[in-house]
Amino acid sequence: MTGIALHSHDMPEHRPTVGLFVTCLVDLMRPAVGFAAVKLLEQAGCDVVVPAAQTCCGQPAYNAGDVADAKALARGVIDAFARIDYVVLPSGSCGGTIKVHYPEMFADEPAWLDRARDLARRTFELTTFLSDVMKTGPIAGRLEAATAYHDSCSGLRELGIREQPRALLSGIQGLELREMDEAEACCGFGGLFCVKYPEISEKMVDVKVDAIAATGADHLIGGDMGCLMNMAGRLQRRGLDVHVRHVAEVLAGTCADAPPIGESETSQAKTKIA
Amino acid sequence: MSDARETILGSIRRALDRREPADVAAAAVAARLTNPKANVIPERGRSQGTDALERFVFEAERVNATTERVADLASVPERVRAYLQAANLPAVVKVAPDPDLAAIPWDREPLLQIATGKADDHDAVSLTGSFAGVAESGTLVLLSGPESPTTLNFLPDYHVAILFVDRIVGSYEDTWARLRARAGAGVMPRVVNWITGPSRTADIEQTLLLGAHGPRRLHIILVDGASSSAETS
Amino acid sequence: MDSTAHSFVDNAHRALHDAKLQHSLGRFKEGFPVKRRAAVDRMPEFDALREAAREIKDHAIANLDLYLERFTERAEANGTRVHWCTDAEAARQRVLEICRDSGARTVAKGKSMIGEEIGINEFLEAEGIRPVETDLGEYIIQLRHEPPSHIIAPAVHLSKDQVADAFRSHHRDYPETRPLEEPEVMLAEARAVLRQEFLAAELGITGANMLVAETGSVVLVTNEGNGDLTQTLPRVQIVIASLEKVVPTLEDATTILRVLARSATGQDLSVYTTFTTGPRRGGDLDGPSEVHVLLLDNGRTEMLGNEFREMLRCIRCGACINHCPIYAAIGGHAYGWVYSGPMGAVLIPNLIGIEEAGNLPNASTLCGRCEEVCPMQIPLPRMLRQLRDRQYRARNSPAAVRYGLSGWAFLARRPALYRLAMSLGVGGLGRIGRLKRNGGRFRRLPFADGWTGTRDLPAPAGKTFQQMWSERGGRRQ
Ligand code: SF4
Repeated sequence: MTGIALHSHDMPEHRPTVGLFVTCLVDLMRPAVGFAAVKLLEQAGCDVVVPAAQTCCGQPAYNAGDVADAKALARGVIDAFARIDYVVLPSGSCGGTIKVHYPEMFADEPAWLDRARDLARRTFELTTFLSDVMKTGPIAGRLEAATAYHDSCSGLRELGIREQPRALLSGIQGLELREMDEAEACCGFGGLFCVKYPEISEKMVDVKVDAIAATGADHLIGGDMGCLMNMAGRLQRRGLDVHVRHVAEVLAGTCADAPPIGESETSQAKTKIA
Repeated sequence: MSDARETILGSIRRALDRREPADVAAAAVAARLTNPKANVIPERGRSQGTDALERFVFEAERVNATTERVADLASVPERVRAYLQAANLPAVVKVAPDPDLAAIPWDREPLLQIATGKADDHDAVSLTGSFAGVAESGTLVLLSGPESPTTLNFLPDYHVAILFVDRIVGSYEDTWARLRARAGAGVMPRVVNWITGPSRTADIEQTLLLGAHGPRRLHIILVDGASSSAETS
Repeated sequence: MDSTAHSFVDNAHRALHDAKLQHSLGRFKEGFPVKRRAAVDRMPEFDALREAAREIKDHAIANLDLYLERFTERAEANGTRVHWCTDAEAARQRVLEICRDSGARTVAKGKSMIGEEIGINEFLEAEGIRPVETDLGEYIIQLRHEPPSHIIAPAVHLSKDQVADAFRSHHRDYPETRPLEEPEVMLAEARAVLRQEFLAAELGITGANMLVAETGSVVLVTNEGNGDLTQTLPRVQIVIASLEKVVPTLEDATTILRVLARSATGQDLSVYTTFTTGPRRGGDLDGPSEVHVLLLDNGRTEMLGNEFREMLRCIRCGACINHCPIYAAIGGHAYGWVYSGPMGAVLIPNLIGIEEAGNLPNASTLCGRCEEVCPMQIPLPRMLRQLRDRQYRARNSPAAVRYGLSGWAFLARRPALYRLAMSLGVGGLGRIGRLKRNGGRFRRLPFADGWTGTRDLPAPAGKTFQQMWSERGGRRQ
């Protein structure tokens, strides 16, 4: 499913209002990514609002087979973001849930289906929105980093996100992208999967970590907190010196605001000195 | 037995929610069956003439078949003798009783021992004709019949196939069209073999090995000039 | 075949600690996916072919009754005897009757997943009939008394040493001390042994890749040629085919063949594609004098009527398995029954019950690579979700997850409460994180063992985004 209708979303003429869908993991684990997203959206010429009534997109429930709860959450999201020009998320995975799975969930409820489709049309993952809708072009900045990029599965396969973040990052001076082997393979996160089947998940993330290590990169960037936390946790457990960042932080130039994922202020100070 | 048939057909009809006698569906199915249509034929399957010949040779060799080209059937005995010699094989060949091959002047190579018939376990080398060659993938098409026993295609270690150049077609669909023209719609020979290179396996540590159960080597002799079965072309 | 799908977690644990298996799986990953990519790149029309193939199967399945009737009529007109079988037991009994009628004692077998499904080998052995698998991989695992670990590469989990050991202990006519290091040597030995079996067998059993309604033909695809010897040499031939194998015409079969081998092994076409239509005819010098086709339901009509109908498009190419990161981690045996990988995780619960195979649909990250490579565009991730839905409704899903989720969903449906709970939770975790001063992450948390057993958990920042946004007076509307 890569059904993003670019033609109908040519660069808007007025200053569009964007509702930021923060996502659970950013809200809870890494607010810095949310603020980076706000900065990027404002720089691109948008007014940003964060509706208070948002909670979770419902993906964990949907993937666990709990369709009733997933639909209840989806209705909440649809209501919370009604009448806003665009909805933008710093996550391909939650984006996929809204764009692809909400219409699926309401296939038998015409009234909600229309609203779900309307929301899906207005919803974008952050890098896709900047690149395809706001047409920002490469974003200027600076970060000395040899970096691997992880394409998260839902973003890659449900939303066709691959070139957009790379294009935006191409404006960051000092940043060298090193593509890894088996770039399309899953990191083993999978939401509840990684806690229900930790051994299998460990094997998968190890394959990924090996591929990252093989590139010799000192940074890993991606667009989904779940995958990034998973890989950061394993990189750190294995003692590998790779700093993990959400793409929004790198693009917004806010890396100084928070240490890399899973690292402390002190370890960040250390790496800066080194 | 007929009980099981009715049970299964009943389950299918229920699952498909077929209510009345499904006339519309039946008509669509009948139309599709009586007038079989090609679906997507890739560019690779659309070559003709010299292009098709070149494509056939390229594809067949890509899957480890060997090929050579001769002017006419009269050259075949000498080429077969040379092939066997190069492979260090005894000069013994089991030949298909194919009228298309009857014109091969085997007596020009008196040292070759020629027998005709089906293959037996001890036959090391077979020689058969071919109904067609499909350029798209370098595939030989052989039809079974009294003149073309299937065992010749599978039991011997070496399979030498004669393919008249004018029987090379672009796609598999072309061979179905030729077959229907020859035998009539819906009528099939007992066996249609598509053969694409020699037998192989990768079942031991994914190592590709030729000659698992069928022939270890497939050698295709392309013969110029019109084939004797004019109605097939 | 007996299932061990219920002990999936233990099976997977063993597989992850089996060094030989892990070595074989490492090799396997670099093989098929790379070859498939190359084959697809050589075929610019591949996506158009996939579309056409999908349309063919959808149409055939939507008219399954009509096409099966037509197949039967054409097959019988050509002298094939068609037997309809509702379930595995009916199929086994029918095979046995045919074996008894023909006095067969040795049966040559071509690799057949439907044969595995109905456990035909164990059954025949118990009846005093000796089945001999003739596909090399299938023969090796038969010697080792193992089930296949992959639908198209049954012995992919083994090393050549393990194959050599199997040959040494079973090929008693060969000198004990012969060298058996090289795969070529092993193949030559297997070929010689199996050639004698082919010649001795009175009856051959194969599966079918497709059935052609237009002509009543059976399509069989192999690379080794074992399928052809199996269906040519013995006097009696049995084909076991599940109902959904039928396609309308030769052209339709052709289209599907164009995507089958490319998706499976990355070949343009397998070496041998054979269309067989009935027994030996007048004047034929070889071929079987009796051909039987068993049309086997075994759960297919049920899938036809439920949300898993699209699974009937499956052509058993194995592409989803070859690209599955879960399969790459644990191999095929861990799934516990005939099939494996994503297609197995959908089929097994459908064929032997979700109570038995409840873990399989859950053991997936839904990463979507299977659907992306499936030549039949089967929505495998959606089906895994649907199985989870079925489980959830049947209250089969593991209790911790169910209650954990519902508690969370209860909160998530109430935004104000949710924000409060998140900030309380984050504050608590943040404090622990600061107390432990462990570089911004947890090495072990008692309630998150599944995570912290194998990786560190980044500590939250201490306040939620929502709290901070409110504090800064950020816009809400
Ligand atoms: S589900 Fe698709 S990819 Fe998997 S075996 Fe079936 S046809 Fe092939």
